[in-house]
Amino acid sequence: MAGLATTFGSGAMTNSINEIENAEVILATGSNTTEAHPQVARRMLAAVDRGAKLIVIDPRRIRLAEFAHIHLDIRPGTDIPLLNAMMRIIIDQNLVDDLFIDMRTENYHQLRDMLYRIDLEETAKTTGVPLERIKEAARVYARARKAVICYCLGITQHISGTRNVQSLANLAMLTGNVEKEDTGVDPLRGQNNVQGACDMGALPNVFPGYQSVGNLDFREKFEAAWQVRLPEKTGLTLMEMTHCGAEGLIRGMFIMGENPMLSDPVLSKVEDTLANLEFLAVSDIFLTETAKFAHVVFPAASFAEKTGTFTNSERRVQMVRRAIDPVGHCRTDADIIMGISERMGYPMGHESPVEIMEEIAMLTPIYGGMHHDRLESGWGLQWPCWDRGHPGTPFLHKYYFTRGRGRFIAAEHDPPSELPDKEYPFLLITGRTYHHYHTGTMTRKCSLHNRECGEALLQINGGDAGRLGVRGGDILRVTSRRGVIRITAEISDVVKPGMIYTSFHFSESPINALCIDTWDPLANCPEYKVCAVKIEQGEVA
Amino acid sequence: MGDILTTCVYCGCGCGLYLRVNDGRVTGTAPSRNHPVSRNNLCVKGWNIHEFIHHPERLTEPLIRKNGRLVPASWDEALDFAATGFSRVRERSGGDGIGVLSSAKCTNEENYLLQKLTRAVFKTNNIDHCARL
Repeated sequence: MAGLATTFGSGAMTNSINEIENAEVILATGSNTTEAHPQVARRMLAAVDRGAKLIVIDPRRIRLAEFAHIHLDIRPGTDIPLLNAMMRIIIDQNLVDDLFIDMRTENYHQLRDMLYRIDLEETAKTTGVPLERIKEAARVYARARKAVICYCLGITQHISGTRNVQSLANLAMLTGNVEKEDTGVDPLRGQNNVQGACDMGALPNVFPGYQSVGNLDFREKFEAAWQVRLPEKTGLTLMEMTHCGAEGLIRGMFIMGENPMLSDPVLSKVEDTLANLEFLAVSDIFLTETAKFAHVVFPAASFAEKTGTFTNSERRVQMVRRAIDPVGHCRTDADIIMGISERMGYPMGHESPVEIMEEIAMLTPIYGGMHHDRLESGWGLQWPCWDRGHPGTPFLHKYYFTRGRGRFIAAEHDPPSELPDKEYPFLLITGRTYHHYHTGTMTRKCSLHNRECGEALLQINGGDAGRLGVRGGDILRVTSRRGVIRITAEISDVVKPGMIYTSFHFSESPINALCIDTWDPLANCPEYKVCAVKIEQGEVA
Repeated sequence: MGDILTTCVYCGCGCGLYLRVNDGRVTGTAPSRNHPVSRNNLCVKGWNIHEFIHHPERLTEPLIRKNGRLVPASWDEALDFAATGFSRVRERSGGDGIGVLSSAKCTNEENYLLQKLTRAVFKTNNIDHCARL
């Protein structure tokens, strides 16, 4: 988010999902698209069927890589050297879009100067990919008239996450592959409404619509609308809160529909925080690992029991409609929030989600034309949608970037904070599977998913397995400097020697207990994708 | 009641799907034929989305911790308890002693209300969600 916001001015998908189908070249990086975003993968494969070239950057031979024309199987955490090498090749071969750079961007010289300093051979060696293959990928991407870059958490969940994203943006601007239909840079959002939660200001630094809390004009606008004084100091981020510990600043928490006791890195630190809070209220549909620490638990209505809107990855605001009455005595989160607010002397008094959306539209320029009556017919609207007459925006940055000129921000290699060594010789990568979702609160309640994928499996290369005497189905003990878990082995050539992979859906094998608690200093995004571990046979003592 | 058109609650694709309702229970799922993203297609998670809705482990009543255990309570009791709890923390440690995690699973309207509660009532900007995870 921070990456695209600083380069383009807006941290969202620049295209619509359907546009991916029309691209000539698709560069997918850090995204296990067929498993995590099946509908996006469907568009990519449709494009390949029509003759588009697919470039996949991923350390593992994921399903999508099997369909790729070029698979760049880099060493984890070497995205920046790879992208820098590609850009240097593009400059050397004179495939740069000079007109686009002149008219629409700034700070190009900084990138160019940095690229002229790098040694191509050395850089290729860092990534572990043959230089010839990087050259081919660079040529294919730069020559396309319409090229789309899709990325996901494999790019952002690194210590250098923001700079990884900025490098992707540099690549797109260098070749003029933004601003047009079917062309752009598209972060794929992992959760159904993560875009909406950001848009609505569920962030420590901005009001709804990315209006900074530090800006007096914005604060005065919201103070007038809400009739109350508002704090100006930027708040704490998720990990600053959940990792603050027993003696930390946070003494009370309200957690709505999240499960940090399984989703956050270094679970022992999260437990230390949650167990020592003076007050913890949790609202969820199931008694999650987090809810077990609560002083009060609210039974929330599920998506089938309430009306409102979700905003998908392509910025499309769509209706969620109530199909049944809330189960048991459940109430919607809106009712719960308003109940607490009223009892604390601030009655919000919204009669319905329609009314809440009217207030959102009034205060949030990019949602200015979002009203339930407009969203009810058709398939929703894509922001920015400034007013009632505005048709929505399928792709961003037409004619000018949201921030004015696109800004090149050069980045250099920043290796992961923990790499394998003698004691912890394996590199652990984490991710999702096709059948499960996040902490499994919902998917693990479905019989079919449990039949197809009932436990966490640790992918390990056949060569490593042979050396360690591990067979498929064996119980393994995986240890990092931070914790130990028990997990079942799966021999797989998807991972290369020295590399292991598993998902974080299962509380029996809470892989985030092992992950390192370093994070990208610019976006506070934890480094989930790389840490060092060792593997032993047998149960956890 | 029949079929209700709504939006999938899993990944960021945002497929349009129908929930089949029989006697007040959601019994099935079907993709929307014309929706621009789903185009008559769902992934395995979408096809089985109705299963967790009536799962026996769903929370159905508020719980309050008494003598170290979570026990059922009425809504009034639970909401009063929460309001008192947050008021006490706010008095002792100030608004910045409260932290709020919002949800990428909840609606825009609910996220809006929760940041409003955090800023206007709890008096802090300590609000975030799992965008970074």
